[in-house]
Amino acid sequence: MSLPLVVLLPFLGAIAAPLFAQGGRTAIAVASSVPALIALAALFPHWETLADGGMVLHTYEWLPAIGLSLSFRLDGLSLLFALLILVIGLLIILYARYYLKAKENAGKFYALLLCFKGSMLGIVLSSNLLLMMIFWELTSLTSFLLISFWTHKQDARRGARMALAVTGGGGLALLAGILILGNIVGSFELDDVLAAGAQIKAHAMYPVALTLVLLGAFTKSAQFPFHFWLPHAMQAPTPVSAYLHSATMVKAGIFLMARLYPALAGTEQWFYMVSFTGMATLLLGAYVAMFKHDLKGLLAYSTVSHLGLITLLFGMGTKLAAVAAVFHVINHAIFKASLFMAAGIIDHETGTRDMRRINGLWRYMPHTATLAMVAASSMAGVPLLNGFLSKEMFFAESLQLNLPGYWAWLPPLVATLAGIFAVAYSARFIHDVFFNGKPVDLPVYPPHEPPRYMKIPVEILVFACIMVGIFPALSVGPLLYAAASATLGGNVPEYQLTIAHGFNLPLLMSFLAFFGGLLMYSQRQRFFDFHARFKEIDEKAVFEAAVLRVENFANRLTARIENGSLQRYGVLLMLSVIAVAAAPLADLGVFIGVNGLSPVDSATAIGAAVLILCAILTAVFHRDRFTALVLLSVVGLMVALAFARFSAPDLAMTQLSVEVVTIVLLMLALYYMPSWTPLETATPRRIRDVIIALAAGTGMTLVTLAMLTQPFSSISDFFLENSKPGGGGTNVVNVILVDFRGFDTLGEITVLAIAALGIYAMLKNTALTPPPGDGQGHGWTRDAHPLMLRLIARPMLPLALMVSAYIFLRGHNLPGGGFIAGLITSVALILQYVASGMTWTQDRVPFKYHTVIGIGLLFAVIAGAGSLAFSYPFLTSTFGYITWPVVGKFEVASALVFDLGVYLTVIGATLLALVSIGRLSPHSAIKSPKGGA
Amino acid sequence: MELVFALVIGALTASGVYLLLRARTFPVVVGLTLISYGVNLFLFSSGRLATGAQPILGTTGSYTDPLPQALVLTAIVIGFAMTAFLVVLALRSLADHEDDHVDGHQDIHATSATQKPEETGK
Repeated sequence: MSLPLVVLLPFLGAIAAPLFAQGGRTAIAVASSVPALIALAALFPHWETLADGGMVLHTYEWLPAIGLSLSFRLDGLSLLFALLILVIGLLIILYARYYLKAKENAGKFYALLLCFKGSMLGIVLSSNLLLMMIFWELTSLTSFLLISFWTHKQDARRGARMALAVTGGGGLALLAGILILGNIVGSFELDDVLAAGAQIKAHAMYPVALTLVLLGAFTKSAQFPFHFWLPHAMQAPTPVSAYLHSATMVKAGIFLMARLYPALAGTEQWFYMVSFTGMATLLLGAYVAMFKHDLKGLLAYSTVSHLGLITLLFGMGTKLAAVAAVFHVINHAIFKASLFMAAGIIDHETGTRDMRRINGLWRYMPHTATLAMVAASSMAGVPLLNGFLSKEMFFAESLQLNLPGYWAWLPPLVATLAGIFAVAYSARFIHDVFFNGKPVDLPVYPPHEPPRYMKIPVEILVFACIMVGIFPALSVGPLLYAAASATLGGNVPEYQLTIAHGFNLPLLMSFLAFFGGLLMYSQRQRFFDFHARFKEIDEKAVFEAAVLRVENFANRLTARIENGSLQRYGVLLMLSVIAVAAAPLADLGVFIGVNGLSPVDSATAIGAAVLILCAILTAVFHRDRFTALVLLSVVGLMVALAFARFSAPDLAMTQLSVEVVTIVLLMLALYYMPSWTPLETATPRRIRDVIIALAAGTGMTLVTLAMLTQPFSSISDFFLENSKPGGGGTNVVNVILVDFRGFDTLGEITVLAIAALGIYAMLKNTALTPPPGDGQGHGWTRDAHPLMLRLIARPMLPLALMVSAYIFLRGHNLPGGGFIAGLITSVALILQYVASGMTWTQDRVPFKYHTVIGIGLLFAVIAGAGSLAFSYPFLTSTFGYITWPVVGKFEVASALVFDLGVYLTVIGATLLALVSIGRLSPHSAIKSPKGGA
Repeated sequence: MELVFALVIGALTASGVYLLLRARTFPVVVGLTLISYGVNLFLFSSGRLATGAQPILGTTGSYTDPLPQALVLTAIVIGFAMTAFLVVLALRSLADHEDDHVDGHQDIHATSATQKPEETGK
């Protein structure tokens, strides 16, 4: 339980910390340290297991189907990183307490910091690659928010965006790499992946997987050519730079390489990709750092260079190099975090980070100066400090590389050269800032020592630099051994953690680097002049320009495809449908299947001819809208006849009544619309549309023909057999609707209800004035509602209601049911509106249609839920027989209640839609006859 | 019989598609109605064409497939709801734009997507 807790705690802290905002910065800082303290206490008991190279594994299932589990693993390597994250995190919390100004939003800052801490712990403790990926992305997101913490600064926003784009893009590559790895191994669990190293390396996809994983690692750890985001991320508040961009997040890529070392390392591809990337980064970072005038810029490039050094060590592929890499991770985190903090103090106290203005601070802040100078010496690799030890190991390893011929000289040469630069920029950090004359034009003058407690984190880290430097075996020996053992999979080579190895080649290289660096710094003006000859590339401008180009391209593409014309989308949609359907149709070849064609009787042929003719005429005469509507109604009626002809009485009845309602609806709509469609499409486009339409029609004809002439089997035998014994009805279609597939029907009447309510809402406060006439000079007739229709319509209502009741009740056994009965009732009511007008009818309808819809749905749900009360599944129906006087034996099914719900919903929805449209006109009241009958 | 039925569906689809591609809302609604007739007939026919075999138990000797019929029955009603919704959209568009063009206005080039997000252009 303790491992998930360690990861979860910072997130809980992130929720809790802002609650202390009222208590001021100190209260939030104290509250924010609690998760780390508990986490440290939770990790402590595991040390015994880990010291001997063991590990702790906590696994919980999450989504086993995709191989994602909540598994956490604590071994030497993850412990080392977890300690760095937790301990440096604590120091950062204390430091930030004094760094943040009182008016700044400390709650937000600490919450984000804790979120980041949790994500980072998640990366190092995850034992499932997919889980790790989630945390990996979380660190990209939280670091984006932290870099842009000062949201009012444009540079901060741009830097954050750049960091997110680079690390996020790398994250995508990593995800792809991990998926390939998981595919090769068959599991995303770290244990399985690490054990399958040989299998992975032998696999054909290994080069792809390795490249993708390394892309993820290199972007995160700011390796060349992706290093540019890191210096621009320095717009972040300094505690963030110290924490994320020196000690933790940029080490995530390094961690990944260490974690997957047994699975991926040891091949030629690994060697060349990793070591050469590392070498390029090492040299480039060290060189550029020398010329940065910004204090944090110098540290940023120095960080890039040191990350390159660690990468190079991992790339070498020897076990000792891996040990040195892990060692340098610790050392770099310690001295670089303290240097960033010192830079933050200087920035805080002088108001600037420009080294051309910051000079001679020794006189103003000797305490801080001492601390910074020790840390910078460690960065330079001065003996008796921790940086020296790992750098010596690095020099020694660079001599061991087996490159062919003269190439063997390259690594030691690069190492020494980078060492010279490192000494030079460290010397510059010390000399230029603390000595070198007097400060120039400082925004805050005179500078003085920061608050006492702000220096404590720096003091602790600098103390650690010295302790590790003098007593390496005592201070970090066991931890380093455990971490190296976990990295290498248990086979730790012999190595000695001592201050001096005697006089040898690596010491000579250190010597060269030290004096070369000092010499270089003393001659710095020449180098500056030399450097100034080259035009500096502004990565930010390049990046922004690239982003802008992509964006413009996307905009142009969007504008070309999506120009806002529905017609165009329609054409594209139809063309794609035809294109997609054409290939399988062409493959089919023969469209008349084994069943062949059956003979046609003359009545059917005439009916079909009328249908086809009217359908085509609808399209031909569509500009005369009223004519088109009349033709459409003929089509609808013929469709109803087609249903009747081919053994579907229920469908025929439904189609018939829906047709009436649809035509009334369209007539009503036409009242508000122009009666004529203007001719505005050019002839070529009309011809194009005719061709598309014919293609679609031909396609449908062929598909239908092919389907109808094939034999088929259906699951319907079940329904036919069980309709009577199971559902108590002989009308199988109705029993399917209200019983077998009742849940579908419930969904469908819900859609109906939503559509009707949507119509009501859409028209609620809309008014439309109908055009004065039909567009050809004929005005609307102002006559009252015709007397004959009125007189016929009124007695029709009770008759129609009776018919619908009959149709409803018999629906279970004979054609009919809730849908059809509801439509018949609707038609009868609509007739009253048509005959007598809106006001007259509305006055006589004692209910609102919204309520009818609601009651209908309620009935349907209650009927379904009723079966739950008898512990049957939802919508199980039951039935029995009762004998009524006069009527005789009568069947009652619980499905009848459900059908009643359908009935009411259909009525409510249909009428609500039509009445909403009818009410649109401001004149609708005038249409009703005065006084009525 | 099958050929005639297939031709009916083809004619409904072709007329419907042509109307669907018109520039005014009313023909589009009519076109969609025609297409939904065609689709309903197509779905229905997946149970094959049978004469005098209505799936009412006890009325005939053999029964046609009831399942497509149940599907199409609700499809007809839902199709009506869709038509009504579309008509109302058309009416609302007419009320808001005083124009019954499908795009709400006749000039399609007035709104091209060229606005740039904040900052990037600077």
